[in-house]
Amino acid sequence: MLSSQPRADTHKEQRSLAWKLHIDVPLLLGLLVLMGLAQVVLYSASGQDIAMVEKQVARLGLALAFMFGLAQVPPRVLKFWTLPLYVVGVLLLIAVFLVGDVALGAQRWLEIGGFRFQPSELMKQALPMMVAWYLSEHQLPPKFKHLAVAFGILALPILLIAEQPDLGTAVLALSSGLLVILLAGMSWKLIAGLAAAIGGFLPILWNFLMHDYQRRRVLTMLDPEADPVGAGYQIIQSKIAIGSGGIYGKGWLHGTQAQLEFIPEHHTDFIFAVLGEEFGLSGVLILIAVYLFIIARGLYIATQAQDSYSRLLAGAITLTFFVYVFVNIGMVSGILPVVGVPLPLVSYGGTSLVTLLAGFGMLMSIKTHRKLVSA
Amino acid sequence: MPPQAATIKDHIRESNIFFARSVLALVLVVVLLSILLARMYWLQVTEHDRFKTLAENNRITLIPIAPARGLIYDRKGVVLAENRSMFVLEVVPEQVKDLKATVAELRQLIAISDNDWEHFQANRLRSRSFQAQVLRSNLSDTEVAAFSVNRHRFPGVSVQPRLIRHYPHGEAFAHALGYVGRINEKELAEIDPGNYKATQYIGKLGIEKFYEKELHGTVGYEEVETDVHGRVLRTLRRVPPVAGKDLHLHLDAGLQQAAEQALGEQRGAVIALDPQTGGILALVSKPGYDPNLFVTGIPSTIYKALRASPEQPLFNRALRGTYPPGSTIKPMLALLGLKEGVVTPSTVVYDPGFFQLPKSSHKYRDWRKGGHGAVSLEFSLMQSCDIYYYTLAHKLGIDRISPHFEHLGFGRLNGLDNGDEMAGILPSRAWKRAKRREAWYPGDTVNIGIGQGFWSVTSLQLAQATARLANRGTAYQPRMVKALAQSGVPEALPPVPDGEPLAIAPEHWGPVMEAMRKTSMHERGTAYKAFKGAPYTHAGKTGTAQRFSVKQNAKYDEKNVAAKLRDNAMYIGFAPFEKPEIVVAVAAENAGHGGSSAAPVARAVMDFYLNQGKMTLPAPGMEEDVGEEEVGGEER
Repeated sequence: MLSSQPRADTHKEQRSLAWKLHIDVPLLLGLLVLMGLAQVVLYSASGQDIAMVEKQVARLGLALAFMFGLAQVPPRVLKFWTLPLYVVGVLLLIAVFLVGDVALGAQRWLEIGGFRFQPSELMKQALPMMVAWYLSEHQLPPKFKHLAVAFGILALPILLIAEQPDLGTAVLALSSGLLVILLAGMSWKLIAGLAAAIGGFLPILWNFLMHDYQRRRVLTMLDPEADPVGAGYQIIQSKIAIGSGGIYGKGWLHGTQAQLEFIPEHHTDFIFAVLGEEFGLSGVLILIAVYLFIIARGLYIATQAQDSYSRLLAGAITLTFFVYVFVNIGMVSGILPVVGVPLPLVSYGGTSLVTLLAGFGMLMSIKTHRKLVSA
Repeated sequence: MPPQAATIKDHIRESNIFFARSVLALVLVVVLLSILLARMYWLQVTEHDRFKTLAENNRITLIPIAPARGLIYDRKGVVLAENRSMFVLEVVPEQVKDLKATVAELRQLIAISDNDWEHFQANRLRSRSFQAQVLRSNLSDTEVAAFSVNRHRFPGVSVQPRLIRHYPHGEAFAHALGYVGRINEKELAEIDPGNYKATQYIGKLGIEKFYEKELHGTVGYEEVETDVHGRVLRTLRRVPPVAGKDLHLHLDAGLQQAAEQALGEQRGAVIALDPQTGGILALVSKPGYDPNLFVTGIPSTIYKALRASPEQPLFNRALRGTYPPGSTIKPMLALLGLKEGVVTPSTVVYDPGFFQLPKSSHKYRDWRKGGHGAVSLEFSLMQSCDIYYYTLAHKLGIDRISPHFEHLGFGRLNGLDNGDEMAGILPSRAWKRAKRREAWYPGDTVNIGIGQGFWSVTSLQLAQATARLANRGTAYQPRMVKALAQSGVPEALPPVPDGEPLAIAPEHWGPVMEAMRKTSMHERGTAYKAFKGAPYTHAGKTGTAQRFSVKQNAKYDEKNVAAKLRDNAMYIGFAPFEKPEIVVAVAAENAGHGGSSAAPVARAVMDFYLNQGKMTLPAPGMEEDVGEEEVGGEER
């Protein structure tokens, strides 16, 4: 598979080693910097619990190993397994719908052989892969009938996830699929029509499809002060934390909102508030710069990919990652509703880590399994 | 497969579309990230000050600190009321899931009575659930240790050190000092809630209540950092509380105990005061009770027993016990007679053993069957001749008698800084019309002459009137507190005159005072036996107040009268005669004769006070004596 022919490259040795290991060095560096920063913030957010940081680092190690493993799999193999993965994902979602565990008022978990996991997490990656696979099987830009099928592919699992109910995951999965369609070259007329249709659908969604707690979250987002001890509490405390950080922050381990536990879920979904409080606007700038670098590198890898499937998949993975970032920071800073999305690669927790790094593993695979056109 | 050229062309086209869309996506990403940064700028720069203040308010809590209650000392610095640190078991109701189960478990370690539980429930229901409530007070060392080992089993329950009021002398000073107790709802409405934020106890009775404002002090604050659960992490600033003022009383602890011992098991009251200042030297009411019981909440069984006791231990006899004054008022009536010119020192009244109003067959008897014969003013006081005073009162008339005795302090509050006194009854024409809806009859005045009839006085009033006699006209309002001390610096309270001096000419004072001196210092005086051998000069007057009406021509037989209806023994006196330092009033309930039962108590009190540190005196004779004064019998 690998070409043995030499390429004009100034970093020949490094490149060839990274090439052999199927690693994209800039992307890996970006991820490692982000993860390093994350552990610093997590130590403070956990109430200086080094055991918690150690546990998260162990999970990172496992997730990175999984990433490296996936990077070894060539895109064509990924493409081959896409349809089965999607079908299994949908079946599992149906299984959850029928027999899943209820936790925190939502049915998300499935237990297989003593191992609990959320099929919706699997679907977050399987869905863009499936849409990319289907669209890349036909001439691009996609024709209307192919688009209709693509939307059908999207709709089935999204509705199952939304029914659990898990609005956050549904939105993220939907956006990852939509991103594939947009990147594939859906015409602007259709995009405008779709946007209008969504605009018309929103009242229906609000009135008939959304659960009470989801409506409350949106209302709370629009006016958190209206319910300061109830639903608005999280957002108010999080805004106080970020705002009180100022330009330079209160200093590591010195955020009163964080250390005194006024910030809710301060080591998971709201960890960005801890960063904002302790490191201020300067810390926020650094974090966003690192994210931007990773996203830019991902898009670069996507444009360099050699077939439609790889391109669409790489672009979708990268932009989904961005959606995560935007939704989380938007939620913590009070401009988006609280939808329970972790800050990618920073929040404490293992599930989203594996999902995300699986995506980056596929990116690296796409980057390092190119056929050399110049040969 | 289409031809390769077409495929390549398609690939290029697809690639170009993708590239354009990717660039667009990147632009969108940058725009959206810029929106986030703009939001961050607004939060962290534009609105920074507002959020900074909010964060500070979040973490800082003010915790009130109770001021230490002022201590109470006697005139020599003996502590009468102190603050003792003890351990209490506190529960924060909010933090306990199942209160009943927790208490049941706690009971295996610490004795919690039903009464403790009721108190706790009552307090809990009127407080906010995050406020700690005391479940048990005064834990023993063993109980503290037992809890400490098991504390992990009881979230929301803790053992806390507390300052609790303690009365080291217990019963002896209960009626003199009063006591503190938990703040109840009615009191809560009257106090400044800010200043009492950390205070659990408030003066309920007596001096503790009267001087509550001075004793309490000013609340302090601790500015602490708390986490979201309200746990205190560290102290940022401390505004110390200002302790309450200490009270230095006129009271003499030794004298108080001497007076208590002198009364023994006798129900009654003793008041000793310094006529030069009005300062109360001793205030005894027997029987007493242990005021410490009330501080942390008295068990209802004990309280009911105290309330139900026929001895009435909770009743402050010295300030609220009202008795007919009996013969003790005779010197005061004699003074009025001299002043008004109704009698002179040489006037002689013939005592045949009874007195009759003109045109009436009703006989007012003398205590001595057969009478005293010809009686002068001096002799009338020494022997407490009733006929002399029936006659004098009749001649004076109630309209001259009432104002005179009101000036002396009867029928009104004397202004003791204790807040617990009663006014008693000083009969007058107006009083009888208002209260009895009856006219005043001449016979009513006759009874007033020997301190009987409708008349009732407190021991305090007797002492106050006696102080005015001892000072020959002037008197000061009776006072418990001599000085208030803020952090050890005493501020003396000056004596306050009790109205105008009594306008009596010196030549009228002389005979009455001399007669009072002879009452206890001359061998024919009714108090002579009690004061025999006292190493100081003294003067006084006995009284035996009737509680039981003897039928016409019948004899009062002490043995045949129920204990509760026996005569009250009264005594007033002062010493030394030339320059009085102490005035004593004694009321001994159902004790019989003033000379034999009340005067010896006064003797013991005076002995102690005037000979402190000099020597111990032989106990005064207490035996019954023939020729002892008896109550004047009103015949019906």
